[in-house]
This record gives sequence, structure tokens and C-alpha cells, in this order.
Amino acid sequence: MSTVKNIHTIPKGRTPMAEQPPQVRAGNFEEVALGYSLQDALREADRCIECKKPRCIAGCPVGIDIPGFIRAIAQQDMRRAYEILRQDNPLPAVCGRVCPQESQCEVRCVVGVKAEPVCIGRLERFAADYAMAHFEPEVLRIDSAGKKAAIIGSGPAGIACAADLARAGVDVTIFEALHMAGGVLKYGIPEFRLPKIIVDREIELLKQMGVKIELNTVIGKLYTIPQLMQEKGFDAVFIGTGAGFPKFQGIPGENLNGVFSANEFLTRVNLMRGFRHPEYDTPVGMGRKVAVIGAGNTAMDCARCALRMGAEKVTVVYRRTQKESPARAEELHHAMEEGIDFQWLTNPVKILGNGQGWVAGMECIRMALGEPDASGRRAPVEQPGTNFEIPVDTVIYALGTRANPIIAKSTPGLKTNQWGYIEVDEQTGMTSIPGVFAGGDIVTGSATVILALGAGRRAAKGMLQYLGLGPAEAAVVASAAKAGI
Amino acid sequence: MSTGYRIVKKEVYSPVTYMWEVEAPDMARVAQPGHFLMVRMNEQGERIPLTVADFDRQRGTVTVVIQAVGKSTREMMQLQEGESILDFIGPLGEASHIQRRSKVILVGGGLGVAPVYPQLRAYKELGSTTISIIGFRTQSLIFWEEKFRAMSDELHIATDDGSYGHKGFVSQVLQLLLEGAHRDTEEIVAIGPLPMMQACCDVTRPFGIRTMVSLNSIMVDGTGMCGSCRVTVGGKLKFACVDGPDFDGHQVDFAELMLRQRRFQREEQESLTRYEEECRLTGRTA
Repeated sequence: MSTVKNIHTIPKGRTPMAEQPPQVRAGNFEEVALGYSLQDALREADRCIECKKPRCIAGCPVGIDIPGFIRAIAQQDMRRAYEILRQDNPLPAVCGRVCPQESQCEVRCVVGVKAEPVCIGRLERFAADYAMAHFEPEVLRIDSAGKKAAIIGSGPAGIACAADLARAGVDVTIFEALHMAGGVLKYGIPEFRLPKIIVDREIELLKQMGVKIELNTVIGKLYTIPQLMQEKGFDAVFIGTGAGFPKFQGIPGENLNGVFSANEFLTRVNLMRGFRHPEYDTPVGMGRKVAVIGAGNTAMDCARCALRMGAEKVTVVYRRTQKESPARAEELHHAMEEGIDFQWLTNPVKILGNGQGWVAGMECIRMALGEPDASGRRAPVEQPGTNFEIPVDTVIYALGTRANPIIAKSTPGLKTNQWGYIEVDEQTGMTSIPGVFAGGDIVTGSATVILALGAGRRAAKGMLQYLGLGPAEAAVVASAAKAGI
Repeated sequence: MSTGYRIVKKEVYSPVTYMWEVEAPDMARVAQPGHFLMVRMNEQGERIPLTVADFDRQRGTVTVVIQAVGKSTREMMQLQEGESILDFIGPLGEASHIQRRSKVILVGGGLGVAPVYPQLRAYKELGSTTISIIGFRTQSLIFWEEKFRAMSDELHIATDDGSYGHKGFVSQVLQLLLEGAHRDTEEIVAIGPLPMMQACCDVTRPFGIRTMVSLNSIMVDGTGMCGSCRVTVGGKLKFACVDGPDFDGHQVDFAELMLRQRRFQREEQESLTRYEEECRLTGRTA
């Protein structure tokens, strides 16, 4: 049993986590963050002072019992730590690596008031990795509830929804448009942030629960949602297709060779394993001097992939300042350590060609932050006369994405907002069509993995209610989670 | 559904052109003229877009005709009947808008002949008068002459070198037909290499007859996610994979598209050289 812990007795500094050094990791695609050792984890878990009124839980989009799992680690009961995590989060190995803890749980940590906040994310990762390495998941035999559900998209929202429905005995089929399952976890987030073997393991667990996955199936093309419900016997449908439609800026020169959307660049590098070309056939087509427009996580991923692909110079161009950058703090920090150049308060004006259809440079203009706009953020304003050119041969747009139109076009009666995102009831996740639910980026626009997970879980609850499998089944879900599946 | 898609029939039309009839019952059920699909041969393979050349809803098969121009398409040519491809995804794109026309001219250039065929058949089945023009570099490359003859009220064949039929380009034959007996054509379909489609559109523009083309832009996912296939049509940005691949040819910025087709020229050449070298060393056919 631990001795009295309070803010004065615990170490003030967070336990550092081993990482590949910047110069080394800028040349490989292996994972940058190497995780805690058992010693590290115990030391950090001990820093949690187990507040009477924990503030961290409210910061977690899926409400994980944070003090609970940390206490279990401190007591060296790793199985229990994992169970607690899985109660609310079906992908702890993923979230421990990619959640922006600095703006969710850790920012609210009471220890963080007078010292450095507890490394909740690193501990979540530790517990999940430990479980993966040491425990065999129990596969419960769950009685069929006599209902069928279709999940469209095998990204985080779809995976989370599928897991909860399967635990409640629903017969679940996931339809995935690409040739691999995982969605943005596979095509978007690079190997050095999220090893694909972790994603594959989670998908394998889903299959062991009886979830069927049909790859290469574009819903809206091969089958439509009305067909799924009327001809194929599905009682409910969840749309988790993501926000897969790239946004360009609309400036001259965007169709020159060497201009990519982040989606194209990352899909070539990650999904099609372009970083191992020519062992893998798909080329990437990157030049030597790369500019990445934007400063979110996707921009960081593009910049760091470009570096690892051998770019001589990588420059991030962002119209606001570092403070306004929406990227996860660790990614921004890692990108800077790796030698990526940041041009803050800078916006592209024109992409210049070489006369033969290729990018030769980019004209930019300096910005200043003016009055706050509708979102409350200070709006960037062009500074006339500050135009200058950067020599680049590759430009990657990471300005977010819009809703892919394929589902809406083929589903009569599906209400979307003016930008094409699907409208849903906030409580249940149901769309304008009874029995059809949606969650994740296709509802909110590009956001985070954890928010998609939360949306998937919320929709699963709504779907179970809709299917007449109410609170009793919720109890089954909870106890199945307890068994660690 | 992941044990692969079986090649039920394979035919070789020339040293560089071959046909696959692939078992894909769900896709066969909904495939339409104008649709395309994605093929990936194996784990290391690229995703390759191919326009649907035929479909048989009873047999549950979809047919594509492929030109062996680079490493992937040459490697794919080695597959035999009975073998399977890893991924076969579709139907993708918007189906062609085909309605009964009093007279329609369909022009196929080289490999473009294949995707023209289902459109030709659809127009004919709707009761249209169909005039077809198919062109190849030389006689030995000709394929599907009889299939076209069966669906066309008139069939014109052109070869660049004059070894068969009319000597010259399909666009020249098109010009002659429009100036002559077929001035009253309601609609034109032209599919083939970009310069051929552009030439046909230049011919038809003064006649003011709508000319539908099918764009073979470079693609990765084929579902609108990446923007690789972006093309300017009527001054607006369009994605060939979700807005097309059929477009009004008179609106297409062909000059820009032809530049964009060169994006991977260097990589394609390197890949092919490596492949040929590998085949030489291992004694395989390239």
C-alpha cells in the first residue's frame, strides 16, 4: 500500500520517456517515442496523488477512470489497469500515443497546478502495450441478440461502434472502401507515430468477437444504405466514413505537378508504403524542397514524413502563430527537434511554375493577427508589401478536409449541413433517417481519434436503444469490457 | 471476400494489350457504362484505375482491357486464367448519362475502344442510330472489330499506317463524317489517349455537338479522398474519380491534364528499367 502522497512528497518533474534522438529518427520510419519501462511507469504512477475530486476524468472525451487505472499500475496490477481502460476506450494503445492529452486530461491534472502534470497519456500507452505483450485476450461467447448492424468505415469511429455492438450480441459487418482496415489510423497517421501492427491487433480482436469486415467495398457505389437496410437485412447502420475530401486554398498554381493534398501524400507514403518504394510499387513523387501549408497534426505528419523520405529542406507555412497551432504539443516539439523550419504568420499567395508544369517556388506574404473572428480566434490579416518567395519543388496542403459526397449522394433523405457534414441528434447519434446513425469526422469535420471513438460509442448506445436492446445490454457491454475484450 | 478475385478468362490482343474477365458478382450486378474500377495485383502492388469494358450480370463477371505500358501492367500481364488478383474495387465514378439519341457517333482510340463498347451497346439497346469509329496504330493491334460491328449501324476503322481501313487518325474520319452524311449527329463519345480526345473535341467544337470524353487521370484511392485526379473543367476544379470520369470534352483543360499526366514519368521509367533488369536476371518474361 502506498504511503501518504501529496503535492509535496511526489517528484515535481514528470518521468521522461525514452525517444529516438532527432538526428537518428529523421532518417527512419520507426516509432519515435519508445515507451516507459516498468520502472518509469511505477515512478510516474506514484506521482498521481489520487485527488478526492479528480478533475482529469472530465477532460477525457470518453470519461476513462483515470485515477483508477493509474492506481492499478502503481499496485502492479496491469491486468486491472487494462480492464479499466477498456471499459471506456476500445483503443488505448492508439490513444495513449495520439491523444492531445495536453488539452484534455493532463491540462486538468491537479498535480499540474504546482508541479508538472502526471503523464496520463504515457501511462495509458504503457498499460496497453503491457497488456498486448503479456495477456491473451479472453474471447467471450456472446449470445446473438438477433439483430444485424452495418458499420460504414473501419476507422476509429467504426471500430468503437462495432466493438460495443458486438459485445451486446449484435451481428456486425464493417464495410471498408480501401483495401486495408483502420481508416485514418492506417492511411493518415504515420508509422513513426502509430505502428500499424497495433492497429492490426485491434482489428484482429474485433474479428475474434465475430465482427465481419468486408474490404474493397464502397458503400454508396457497390451497395447503397437503402439497399443495406431493405435488401441485405441490416436493422441499423452507422456511418463513420471520415472527412475524406481534400481542401485546397484556391490560389494560382495549385494544379502544378508537385502540389499534393495531405491525403494524397500520406496515403502514398503510409497506406501504399511509398516510404519503402521501390520494394512497394507506388511512388510518392516528392521533390527535394518541401513546403507544408498548415500547422495541425496532419501538417506535422506530412512534414515529418517528407523529412524521412529524404527531403533536403522542409518548411511549415502557417498563417497564425505557434500558439494557435492545433497540433498535438509533442508532435510540434518533435518536428522542431527534427530540424523542420517553421514560417509562422505566413500565407501562400501563388505557386510558381517552371514553364513545364512543375512547381518551381511559392510566393508568400506575411500576416499579422487582427481582431478575433467568429470562432474567437484572432483573424490573420495580410501585411501588404511583405511578399517574398521560397524555393520549393513540392507543396503539400494540410488545411483540413471536407465531407466526401459519396454517401450523401446515394442516400435520399439524409440531412447534411451546408458543408456536407451529416447532421445527427447529439444524444443518440441518429441522422434524419430512422435507424441510420453517424459519428466522427463525417459529422464534425476533421477532428481527433478520441472524439471519433467517443462518437462511435455514443452511436452504439443509441443504436442499441433503437434496436430495442436497451440498458440490459449496456450491462453486458460493461461486463464484457471488464473481461478485457 | 478477401481471397482474391479470380480471372475467369484472359485474352491477349497484342504484345501490349490484354483482356481480363474477372469474377466479381456484386460489382457485375451494378456496373454501368462509364464506371471504372481499381485493381491491385498483390501486397506490393499499386492501385490501378481501369474503365469497365464489359460486364455480365448472369455470369457475375466484369471485363477490363489493359495496356501493358509500365511495370505494373506488364507484371499483371503474366497472370493466367484461374489466377487471382488481390483487390478489385468498384464500381467507381459516375455512370455515363446515356439516353436514346437519333444519332450518336462513338470514337475509340487504341485502348479507348474498350470503354467505348459498353456505351455503344447501351445506345444501341435504347434504339439509337450508332456510328462507330475505332482507330489503332497498326492492323496487328486491332481488337473487338466484330463486337463493334454487331452494335453499329456503321463501323469505320482507321490505322495510323494504313495497314487496315482508313489511313490516318480517328479524328480525321470524324471530321469527314460530320462534314458529310452525319452532320445531324446529336452526340459524340470520344475515348482514347489525351491527344486523341483533344483532337476529336477540336473537330466537333465548330459543329457545336456535345462530345463526352473519359479522363484517365492518375489516381490513388479513386473515391475522392486524395485529389490526385483533379482536373479543371469549365474553369472549375473537378475530381475525375467522383465527378467523372466522363466530362464534356469542350470544357476540359486538356493542356493542363497532359502536363499532370507526366507527374511520375521519371519514376515510371525507373520502375520499368528495374523490372526489365530483374526479369533478365531471373529469366522471366518482361
